[in-house]
Amino acid sequence: MYTVADLKKGLKITLDGDPYVVIAFDFTKPGKGQALYRTKMRNMITGVILDRTYRSGETFETASLEDRKMQFLYKEDDHFVFMDNQNYEQYRMSEEAVGDAKNYLIDNLPVDILIFKDKAIGVDLPNFVQLKVIETLPWVKGDTSGSDSKPATVETGYILRVPPFIEEGETIVIDTRSGEYSTRVKG
Amino acid sequence: MTAGWQQTLRRPALMERSRIMQAIRRYFDGGGFLEVETPLRIPAPAPESHIDAVPSGDWFLQTSPELCMKRLLASGYERLFQICRCWRDGERGRLHIPEFTMLEWYRAGGDYTDLMADCEGLIRSAAACVGKRSFLVVNGAEIALDLPWERLSVREAFLRHAGCTMEEALSADTFDELMVTAIEPHLGMETPTLLCDYPAKRAALASLKAADPTVAERFELYIAGIELANGFSELTDAVEQKRRFDEEETFRRSQGRIPYPEPARFLEALPSMPPSAGIALGLDRLVMVLLDAASIDAVVAFTPEEL
Repeated sequence: MYTVADLKKGLKITLDGDPYVVIAFDFTKPGKGQALYRTKMRNMITGVILDRTYRSGETFETASLEDRKMQFLYKEDDHFVFMDNQNYEQYRMSEEAVGDAKNYLIDNLPVDILIFKDKAIGVDLPNFVQLKVIETLPWVKGDTSGSDSKPATVETGYILRVPPFIEEGETIVIDTRSGEYSTRVKG
Repeated sequence: MTAGWQQTLRRPALMERSRIMQAIRRYFDGGGFLEVETPLRIPAPAPESHIDAVPSGDWFLQTSPELCMKRLLASGYERLFQICRCWRDGERGRLHIPEFTMLEWYRAGGDYTDLMADCEGLIRSAAACVGKRSFLVVNGAEIALDLPWERLSVREAFLRHAGCTMEEALSADTFDELMVTAIEPHLGMETPTLLCDYPAKRAALASLKAADPTVAERFELYIAGIELANGFSELTDAVEQKRRFDEEETFRRSQGRIPYPEPARFLEALPSMPPSAGIALGLDRLVMVLLDAASIDAVVAFTPEEL
């Protein structure tokens, strides 16, 4: 249990039954008036951002969130299926909840899955993942167009810019935080 | 990170702060004001519903020098100013720091309109000393100092920005909330704003307006949505003041806050105080606004977290 004065950026609380993360917080007080706490909170399930002002004394429940080590198993229709490494229990997440992480999910990829009330609500990826290029233009030696990158499609269907020397069938390292090409894996 | 890194980064701001303080002292010296120092540690702060003093032994660190300065007025001093430290427990945010610097000044024989004129003169000269003569830029907004400053009543501000009347907000207990979320962001955006005539229920130590006793002769100064000062025509009626103190103290105790003794000597001196006006200005915030700093942290030598 937190009181409003304990709130700070990054803290996770339960509000109206949903988990929220505090993304901005400020103590304010109009002249001679009562203390007010202005907050911006993001719903960790829907992504909706709430602007709320609270008075001192208000309390909040801690969001009982848990990170579990899992691996990605497969995609089924519009759901992604993960398996808990400890008890082999399976969790399904909608494409919407998975968000941009879907660009990097290949079979058996180890991920941290955020669990709220026994429901998977978020994917925490490794910072770097290795994916195979399945489609890109061939490298033309002596290309004078001056371009230093070209589009490439990787095995998850994600398209990104890669250096001209990357060929189809090669494996590349992508930084999941920026979504950008990082380096090539020499095979 | 090396020791003192934050302090080194703040050197330009602290140099400007020093210049601003010198300009303030010159301004008051030129106006015939006496600079005083009253004790920071006092036996009884003024009871206020929403201000908590920090205990110091059996006494308290002052939340403002108000009561001692008014006792000096009652003793015959006519123009006084003080730059001093004040403490308010639990106040920490972008614009709040629990130990801060207050500038207070008092004018015997004056009323709150004299203080509004003081604000204009004082802030123009403080701004000029840091090279800002006709306007300030605060968080991207250009605020003219050389045009007539906006004077807006609280009543009008509610109608204009809050979509309800001041009275409706008071009875729904949303006055403070609307002030912070709906009104303050619009104040002092083109010129500084003098927000005046607070409802009688929010009079604090101010006298009521003779022409309209539903409001008090109290105003606050805003620049770029930031509240800088609170001034008023002083209440000199000791019976009424004691009644208001009792009311505030009863509320404070009902909230489980530490009890304050009654400021008896202040109440004894009050009948000798001439009609006067007094104002408290947050000096850290003034420096912040003049330097376009993002937070009060940028203009103090140390934040509590760095101690």
